[in-house]
Amino acid sequence: MQTTLVQEEVDSRPVTVPGFSRPLRSHEMVINMGPQHPSTHGVLRLELIVDGEIVVDAIPHIGYLHRCFEKHAEYMTNYQQVIPYCDRMDYVAAMNAEFGYVVACEKLLKIKVPDRVEYIRVIMAEFQRIASHLIAIGTYGMDIGAFTPFLFCMRDREAILDIYEQTCGARLLYNYMWIGGLSHDVPADFSEKVKRFCKMFRGTINELNDLLSYNKIFVERTANVGVLPGDVAINCGASGPVLRGSGVKFDVRKNDPYSVYDKLDFEIPVGKGLKGVVGDCWDRYMVRVHEMEQSLNIIEQAVDTLPPGDVQSAIPKRIRPDASEVYVRTETPKGEIGYYVVADGTASPYRVKVRPPCFVNLSVLPAMVRGSMIADVVAVLGSIDIVLGEVDR
Amino acid sequence: MKEFLVNFLQNEILVYTIMVVLPLLWIIPFALFAVWWERKISAHMQDRLGPMRTGGWHGWAQTIADILKLIQKEDIVPGAADRKLFNLAPYIVFVGSFAAYAAIPFSAAYVGSEINIGLFYVISISSLVVVGLLMAGWASNNKWSLFGALRSASQIISYEIPIAVSLLAVIMVVGSFDMQEINQAQAGWFWNWFVFQKPPLLFVAFLIYFVASLAEVNRTPFDIPEAESELVAGYHTEYAGMKFALLFLAEYANMFAVSAIAASVFFGGWNSPFGDFLTGPWWGLFWFIAKSMSFIFVQMWLRWTLPRLRVDQLMYVGWKVLIPFSFAIVIGIGFWVMMGQ
Repeated sequence: MQTTLVQEEVDSRPVTVPGFSRPLRSHEMVINMGPQHPSTHGVLRLELIVDGEIVVDAIPHIGYLHRCFEKHAEYMTNYQQVIPYCDRMDYVAAMNAEFGYVVACEKLLKIKVPDRVEYIRVIMAEFQRIASHLIAIGTYGMDIGAFTPFLFCMRDREAILDIYEQTCGARLLYNYMWIGGLSHDVPADFSEKVKRFCKMFRGTINELNDLLSYNKIFVERTANVGVLPGDVAINCGASGPVLRGSGVKFDVRKNDPYSVYDKLDFEIPVGKGLKGVVGDCWDRYMVRVHEMEQSLNIIEQAVDTLPPGDVQSAIPKRIRPDASEVYVRTETPKGEIGYYVVADGTASPYRVKVRPPCFVNLSVLPAMVRGSMIADVVAVLGSIDIVLGEVDR
Repeated sequence: MKEFLVNFLQNEILVYTIMVVLPLLWIIPFALFAVWWERKISAHMQDRLGPMRTGGWHGWAQTIADILKLIQKEDIVPGAADRKLFNLAPYIVFVGSFAAYAAIPFSAAYVGSEINIGLFYVISISSLVVVGLLMAGWASNNKWSLFGALRSASQIISYEIPIAVSLLAVIMVVGSFDMQEINQAQAGWFWNWFVFQKPPLLFVAFLIYFVASLAEVNRTPFDIPEAESELVAGYHTEYAGMKFALLFLAEYANMFAVSAIAASVFFGGWNSPFGDFLTGPWWGLFWFIAKSMSFIFVQMWLRWTLPRLRVDQLMYVGWKVLIPFSFAIVIGIGFWVMMGQ
């Protein structure tokens, strides 16, 4: 077998050292983080150019999980068949992904869905936001080196998945929101279960804060690390907790309300730089924690006002929108997801283009990690919270 | 115990062999137990049960099964690795941690080798581990391994200073490097243990020793050489099968070694906490192991609670916090001892 030198010469600067006649050369090293790496959150490959422990540059290479979502969507025999593929984009927040698509299709068809459907959708979407943030927070703790918070988060996520399972039978990829309705109505003891969960979960958020959020080592590792100024975040098109962590108060649920979000009372948490600079990793992390609390508020309000009705009454018999196009954006846990759907008068979409939040958020990574240490790359990547299924589609 | 064996067996070489093998007979069952114990502790901290099936009662045979699996694995050496160093490194790491057991007094009746510089010997011989880790990381010809090896070398060398200096405080009080003498100086009730002596200087010395020993054995929050989320597995990324098991064994042997030193230097070693109650060679062994195991429990507890520091923060803690404080304690103890004379 051929033995090759590990070190690749990228750039070498001669350093004169007293006592040595010749100047010494230090090399920068190219090192591959991923696609098989414990903390790239999937099959992301980061090409790191490092000078010792310092990262000179980071180049993300994506596409390992590309599944031709958009082409699949064009080749489906009807509009409904696209929904399961939406699930598989951001597989830890499938409800929110299908939410955007069904809202776009309903706009194309110009149908009004019953209030009960809207409220159940909001409840499910907010539950999914909590579940997704729990994974983000838990894996972020793991990236920083704390293993236990991850399992605490998974325990709470399990309770949400149980509610999903009782409602629609699926725990991860639901195909629950249909165009004009829902696949199942909620079970009889739904609101009771939801309220029990909300009560329980408010306590465990405090537990999580004690264990991780305000832990001295955790704060040391995340505060002042990977700072993303607000203007850079806006210029890069970042959205979701990455944008709000930088202090920009923008949330599609408030700024461009869809469904019944305009009837619900909630706040948009933003990064305030409590432990360091505005826009550091701790701020992005903390925005997620506060968003979970806000989601609980939304869920409780929605459950209290859940109107009666039939969840499948508005489902059209025949989905064949007139030739037109629509762009709808909704807020997923990762940020703003946009669906651009073009109809040509047939039973299947002519074109479905997705603006994935993870893909856009990932583009700010190189700017954030330049000049930091290798351990910080992991901290920054975790704080962006990407899901490769959505980055690559 | 040596004299007894020499009289009994009439063969000095055989006696020395027995004395060497005894710690090994302790390390292997200890490591098997500690791995299982750690899995159980972590599981119960995390709302899980941990291994429950292998062997019946609470999965007690899980690590034995794991070791059997590792023995059967193919011995893979990466094609681009430096074969000699790659194969040698795990043994050096293990020898480094095993050799430290020679001077650890398990009981009033048993210490592998009664050398009068026992503590000094333990500190220096455990540095051999660094050589093995560097060899493992370099020979693997893997960039992540190299990072792990360099990190562990810088970390262990930095943290050896506060360890040595904080132990020096006790040595100044006793006036001897001999581990048995240090133990004997703490005889009586538990307030005679050095951790409670010369308050609060020796207590702080113990804290410094304990924190630095966590770094010495690469445990959280100082596990950056094998930081799973950054370096995959650090210096042992490329190791498989029995060599991996040996590195793992060395890690657990090291954990016990630093805990044993903490127990015997600061917590009375084989002395009973209650004066003359339950003393004697066998009870001494019991007290010694019980104290050491409680430190191991704390190590595991910390591992499953705390996040991990970054490399520069680790160096900060070592050089700018622990070392100045340990030197201040040595000076303070020096004055205290001098005044007492």
